Amino acid sequence: MATIQTLKPGDQLPTIECPPVTRLDLIKYAGASGDYNPIHTIDDEARKAGLPGIIAHGMWSMGQLSRIVSPYLHEGFVKSYSVRFHAMVFLGDQLSLKAQLQEIQNDEYLFNVEAVKQTGEVAVKGTLIFKVI
Amino acid sequence: MLEHLVGKKSNKVLTTVERGAVKKFAEAIGETHPIYTDREYGLKSKYGDNIAPPTFPRTFDYGSIEGLELPKAGLIHGEQSFEYARPLVIGDVFYCSSLVESYVEKTTKTGNLGFLTLLNIGETESGEVLFKSRIVIILTETVRELMKHGNHSNA
Repeated sequence: MATIQTLKPGDQLPTIECPPVTRLDLIKYAGASGDYNPIHTIDDEARKAGLPGIIAHGMWSMGQLSRIVSPYLHEGFVKSYSVRFHAMVFLGDQLSLKAQLQEIQNDEYLFNVEAVKQTGEVAVKGTLIFKVI
Repeated sequence: MLEHLVGKKSNKVLTTVERGAVKKFAEAIGETHPIYTDREYGLKSKYGDNIAPPTFPRTFDYGSIEGLELPKAGLIHGEQSFEYARPLVIGDVFYCSSLVESYVEKTTKTGNLGFLTLLNIGETESGEVLFKSRIVIILTETVRELMKHGNHSNA
């Protein structure tokens, strides 16, 4: 089983490659989150809003990215998680989820995290503190 | 244009962390760790039951803030954060509320943008804060124009 306590600052966690975003992914997220803004599910509504097509909920990408520390959940929990949304994520986009350990303070592990599109564009970027308990 | 709302709070909404809702949410973000969905695993964990994923509080109702009426469309989600005292556990009962923390307008290369920061809080009846979540919503000039004219339908 993976243990967070062998990590050193500068270490990268194994990248998670997400499959291409599908409409069904976003319909599921809309239902599970209660965010029914139609720009995430209905083409016409997205176009009316000036978008080339439907876009993923920012919170869908942020939720996906939170999985990057899941291999360590037997040791602790996500104490804080903060991101900025940079680029829009469209149908068919593939996100690579990445994390690098920045520093360790006592039992708190601070990671820089990001979700990067197949084009190299950063979709979501931020920090996550994992607290060992 | 929303400066006058800074400091305003919503009503508090009684909230429960529901097992089925957590399961659906975990599935929707591709999360398969058993701490979220496997009952046996949860019971044996240090939390005594399954927990909710870190971004789950976005699904809660934080009440409504008098005077704050945002359009349903045209808003940009700029930033989001969550801070926890501990993970939320299935069956937790607490109150959710929201506060207008700040509003500033800045001229950027994409125009004059309004940045609205809401602070969402989950706290127990005795006032113990379980989590805080900040959301920064970006309001473009177009959206602000529509709001001024009282058009709160789909922009």
